[in-house]
Amino acid sequence: MRVSVQQEAFDLGAVSAEFAGGHKDMGAIVTFTGIVRDLPDDPLQAMEIEHYPGMTEAALRGMAEHAMTRFSLGDALVIHRYGTLVPGEMIMMVATAARHRKDAFEAAEFLMDYLKSRAPFWKREITANGSEWVASKDEDENALSRW
Amino acid sequence: MDVLYFAWVRERIGLPREHIVTQAATVADLVAELRAREDRYDLAFSDLSSLRVAVDQELADFDAPLAGVREVAFFPPMTGG
Repeated sequence: MRVSVQQEAFDLGAVSAEFAGGHKDMGAIVTFTGIVRDLPDDPLQAMEIEHYPGMTEAALRGMAEHAMTRFSLGDALVIHRYGTLVPGEMIMMVATAARHRKDAFEAAEFLMDYLKSRAPFWKREITANGSEWVASKDEDENALSRW
Repeated sequence: MDVLYFAWVRERIGLPREHIVTQAATVADLVAELRAREDRYDLAFSDLSSLRVAVDQELADFDAPLAGVREVAFFPPMTGG
């Protein structure tokens, strides 16, 4: 299991290959990657991501440990960036390894749902018209109820 | 104890963290104490439903006790992922 909160970019291919390579008894690997999305009406110049050093790492570790147990994972990985990113850049990724695909997919969704509203990150969108903190969505909070 | 502010809470209050000596028994008591200080605090804490709190780096409720606590953080709902 690995959790990383980092400013620098990650190499999706290299990280995925390394993650997938170490598990002979795991039949399914799922990876999810989050990308900074441009805004349709007001082009995004940058996205700033702030976090709570210390709590962020602990929260992500807690989620990953929970997922490991609940979905009988062989391994789990969470990488989440902070700092200033531009559209098209990768913000974060999760990877899960399980014996069968259902657990691997579900664990990845579980991690994403918890990351959205229980990991202390805050996004701010910067456009030519100024900057605005991204508001949390009810649907993200509601998504937790299925777990 | 150390009190930390993040995102727009930090911007409204105008600083990322401060050390506070308080007898507040709960987070809600601490909030009331801060609000009474200055308008910028009063404004930042005017709608608690739009705020979240962490006590010693774990999410908590506003009625959480503060005895023995070293760090309290206030911030808007999180927007990770």
